[in-house]
Amino acid sequence: MISYALRRLGAGIVLALLVTMITFFLLSGSLESVARERLGSAATPESIKALMTQLGFDRPAIVQYLDWLGAVLTGDFGTSLFTSQPVAPAVASRLGVTLSLVVTALIITVIVSVALGVWAASRGGVADKVSQALSLVGYIVPGLLIAIVLVAVLAVNLKLLPATGFTHFAQNPAKWAASITIPVIVLVIGGVASMAAQVRGSMIDELRKDYVRTLRTRGIPTRSIVLRHALRNAASPALTVLSLEFIQMLGGALIIENVFALPGYGQYAFNASLQGDIPIIMGITLFGVMLVVAVNLITDVVNGWLNPKARIY
Amino acid sequence: MSTPLLDVTDLRVAFTGRGFRPKAVEVLHGVSLSIGEGETLGIVGESGSGKTTIGRAVLGLVKPSGGRIRFQGADITHASPRDRRTLSKSIQVVFQDPYTSLNPSLTIGDTLSEPLVVQGATAGDARARVQMLLDQVGLPRDAGERLPREFSGGQRQRVAIARALAPKPKLIVCDEPVSALDLSTQARVMDLFIDIQRQTGVAYLFVSHDLAVVRHISHRVSVVYKGDIVETGPADLVTSTPEHPYTQRLLLAAPIADPVEQEKRRAERHRLAELHREQNVQAGVA
Amino acid sequence: MSIEELSVDPGLAAPARKSPLRKLLKDPQAIITSVLLLVIIVLGLLTPWITPHDPNEAQLNAINAAPGTPGYPLGADQNGRDIASRLLHSINTSMISALIGASVALIIGVTFGLLGGYFGRRLRSATEWVFSLIMTFPGLLLLIVLMPVTKGDYRATMLIFGVLLSPGIYRIVRNLVVGVKNELYVDAARVSGLSNLRILGRHVLFVVRGPIIIAAAFLAGSAISLQSGLAFLGVGSNLVPSFGAMIADGFTNLYLDPTQFIWPSILLGTLTASLVLLGNSLRDAFEGVKLKPSKLAEPTLKSESAVVGDVEAAELLSVKDLVIAYPTPSGQLKEVVKGVSFSLHAGETLGLVGESGSGKTQTAFSILGVLPSEAVIVQGSIKLEGRELLGLREQDLRALRGREISYIPQEPMSNLDPSYTIGAQLVEGIRASARMSGADARARVLALLERVGIQDPQRTFDSYPHQISGGMAQRVLIAGAVASRPKLLIADEPTTALDVTVQAEILDLLRELQAELHMAVLLVTHNFGVVADICDRIAVMQNGQIVESGSALELFREPKHPYTQLLLGSILDEHTVRTDPPVPVAAATGEKN
Repeated sequence: MISYALRRLGAGIVLALLVTMITFFLLSGSLESVARERLGSAATPESIKALMTQLGFDRPAIVQYLDWLGAVLTGDFGTSLFTSQPVAPAVASRLGVTLSLVVTALIITVIVSVALGVWAASRGGVADKVSQALSLVGYIVPGLLIAIVLVAVLAVNLKLLPATGFTHFAQNPAKWAASITIPVIVLVIGGVASMAAQVRGSMIDELRKDYVRTLRTRGIPTRSIVLRHALRNAASPALTVLSLEFIQMLGGALIIENVFALPGYGQYAFNASLQGDIPIIMGITLFGVMLVVAVNLITDVVNGWLNPKARIY
Repeated sequence: MSTPLLDVTDLRVAFTGRGFRPKAVEVLHGVSLSIGEGETLGIVGESGSGKTTIGRAVLGLVKPSGGRIRFQGADITHASPRDRRTLSKSIQVVFQDPYTSLNPSLTIGDTLSEPLVVQGATAGDARARVQMLLDQVGLPRDAGERLPREFSGGQRQRVAIARALAPKPKLIVCDEPVSALDLSTQARVMDLFIDIQRQTGVAYLFVSHDLAVVRHISHRVSVVYKGDIVETGPADLVTSTPEHPYTQRLLLAAPIADPVEQEKRRAERHRLAELHREQNVQAGVA
Repeated sequence: MSIEELSVDPGLAAPARKSPLRKLLKDPQAIITSVLLLVIIVLGLLTPWITPHDPNEAQLNAINAAPGTPGYPLGADQNGRDIASRLLHSINTSMISALIGASVALIIGVTFGLLGGYFGRRLRSATEWVFSLIMTFPGLLLLIVLMPVTKGDYRATMLIFGVLLSPGIYRIVRNLVVGVKNELYVDAARVSGLSNLRILGRHVLFVVRGPIIIAAAFLAGSAISLQSGLAFLGVGSNLVPSFGAMIADGFTNLYLDPTQFIWPSILLGTLTASLVLLGNSLRDAFEGVKLKPSKLAEPTLKSESAVVGDVEAAELLSVKDLVIAYPTPSGQLKEVVKGVSFSLHAGETLGLVGESGSGKTQTAFSILGVLPSEAVIVQGSIKLEGRELLGLREQDLRALRGREISYIPQEPMSNLDPSYTIGAQLVEGIRASARMSGADARARVLALLERVGIQDPQRTFDSYPHQISGGMAQRVLIAGAVASRPKLLIADEPTTALDVTVQAEILDLLRELQAELHMAVLLVTHNFGVVADICDRIAVMQNGQIVESGSALELFREPKHPYTQLLLGSILDEHTVRTDPPVPVAAATGEKN
């Protein structure tokens, strides 16, 4: 198990290297326009050239990348090209905002999806139709539209919740909850659509298996068969979808944060990309990949705990 | 008749396991057998014995890790894909599962004519041959335009036999071809196999777990146990008075469909098991 | 007509399935969504000829013009641009996005899926690695991060998005191909001398065709959603008319003129919803019947009056006039068990013998009350010690199961829960049927495991099902079944999945346990050898009816019903061997080689 985890970690590091490298080389094509952007209206061919030399942009891309990598390994993520703010603390604090949003949404998604999926698969009939209709709605309507309608109704018309802005949990938990309610609802609707369908599908598969019949013939209560046996076996495929769902939500948070003006890493990434602030872009990319690697690792460990056959490694 | 049709010497097959550093697991440890023209060699063994792998190695579906396979005197152990395509005229197969051995989306006619067309037959010739094949395996003439799902297990197995017969092969590898069929169907399909052999002189490598089936169709029988052939001989000898202890156990474990006879056989099996245990105990003491 | 036509599996006799296209034409959801999509696409294609204005043509006097203003049928936005023209042009932007995103994903995913699935393991693990790498990356973040590279051009963005979507397609195709590749008909095609290319083209591509068409609809939908999301954020040129940009503009003007916001939202919503719903219809058409939940509940009893039993004598089990049916697609009931009656005394073994589709397993399941929930018991009576079982509620049945009646299944492996140890499963079963402390139950299970002939009970107790052999798993299931000393044991082909040497041992074990516990055994099997070994009486089933029953010896020696005679005649006896010598091809066919 430990050697397996180490191998996965190694694969994760390779992934991080590859993604940052590809990103860097793709970005290296637009260095000149970055320099022009930074100089603003004062840009002349000479001043651009001077700035590029000063920033080291005139060196070969591979040298620049290794330079960046070396600095990262010593803990130095660089500073913003435009505000001179150090990258690491800025990204970390933004990431905190995004994670508080995404993790909350993910937990609610899991609870709702499991409840809906199990309910649909073990009751059938009306329960099944209702749950399928609900998840279809999440699929059909673009999250963007849901977000806008919710803001219009809950925040602007009914004034129940703030339309935009963010309060940190540490400052005021109640206000924090209010500030992320609508964004979380939007993320959850999208997440539940695919998760509930997955849970329903794998629960139906499980409940049709032979061992379920045999458990029934042993006089074991239906609730135990559904929740203790079938759900545990159905959890493994659902978990894979869940980890993809997390990655999807990280992406979804980008749009949501911009709609609701939340100071998360999505908004930060968006602004940095518009400006071409390369150190920030690279920092965000690296943090993003590490997050994904961590999630996949956790998924694998939980999967091993759920599924004895996966433990052989 | 001096060179046998198929001659397998010291065949070894190893599969690589899964995982990070896969270990090779040898499933056949040097198997030798030969089949003459028009002959049936029955291969009997239990699950995991490697009996199916022998057939798949002859067909080129698994790569041998050692030994030699000769067909009509020519070495085909590592035949190239092109040679394999030529060989397919001579060596054919009937698989166990009649439900997955036919492509569900092709009509019976397409399934049967495809190999003929690939081998260079014109569409008209292929159609005529398909009609003949359907007659030969006792299927209705209009079967060619229908899809596999419209047929029962026994009928599909007839289609599979027709497909194997299409290129007029010299050898058909039969991999448990009647195991998935109901009792009454099984008897009819076995009779069909024997009839076809008498008419065409095709040889069978007939793999089965069922001693009774193998006895019924084979001229000679080989018994496979854990990757080795432990006994080979004429069908009546091997299946009624076996020499190897494993074959004896196999024979006595198969129940006879008669309560009185079966009671005798059961007593005989218990006696033999008791004998073996005593021998083991004595060997342990000594 | 031979016997095999008579005993065809009911599922096989069903009429040939309709082609996917014909099914689609009967599905109102598919027709409505396709028509909607078609209308939208045609509107988009006709745009240059039917729009009064250029989408970016701004007229100062038209700023926020109300709907119905001459020349501006839907009004104009805050920059004085015609909303109708912009809407129609946005259709084309969406369509181009969908086209680029979906085709890139399909081309990459299908190509590598076919290659990775069909060819060797090395190529597969390489492609696998690359695609899981793409899959694990937050795509939207990459799209935004790469904005300086794409310069916000939505076509370049869609190209990248297509690559990011390709792993999903790759997985679908690869899994299908790996599945097909293991199908025997592909092996048969290889043996027939077909080349790899021909097999891929004819046998493999045919199978993946349906799922690819389905996926295309979903891909197009997500490409359109993503493009509008990015445009909403303001990524890309503001000269490209797009639903996202229009929604963003309309959002700022929501209170002044909500229609500016509503029109693009409706069109975008219709477009994505139609694609998703069409995808669902396509899935139903190609993949056949939808997955339906099966409830874990007592079987449906057609009506209270269906129970027709009368008071019986001292038999342990009596089944009378049992009729079981399943609903067909046309809504009618098809009977699979047609009036079966038999009885069983305490300590007796009855063999229920028949070929596949004879209804023997359905009969056994009905006694246990574990028929699938679709099943309907049309009429009949099942009494255990005089107590009617039909019509009992699930909790009352549960009190009987595992105590009075127990069950041994056919396939040992699939009947154990793979996630729990053998011990945990057996302990749970024992504690469900008898009040007992955990430690007592554990001791009981260990004793039982030893009783059923398992060499190292503690080790088996701690093992997971995949760590033990099939024969051992069957012993475990027997231990579970006899744990509560049941009065009736129902064994459904208990040795069919086992090797013949293991079968002999399992039958010995069953015989011993039966004598020890004085159980009645109902043995369902197709194997007359097994019946001869262990049964006192035999009932032969054909097409849902018992055609003959009697003592084992009687039935084997003097079968009366023609079907019984036919079955017994089909048994390959111990003495027939081939006597005809091998005949070579030339001699057999008279050809000269």
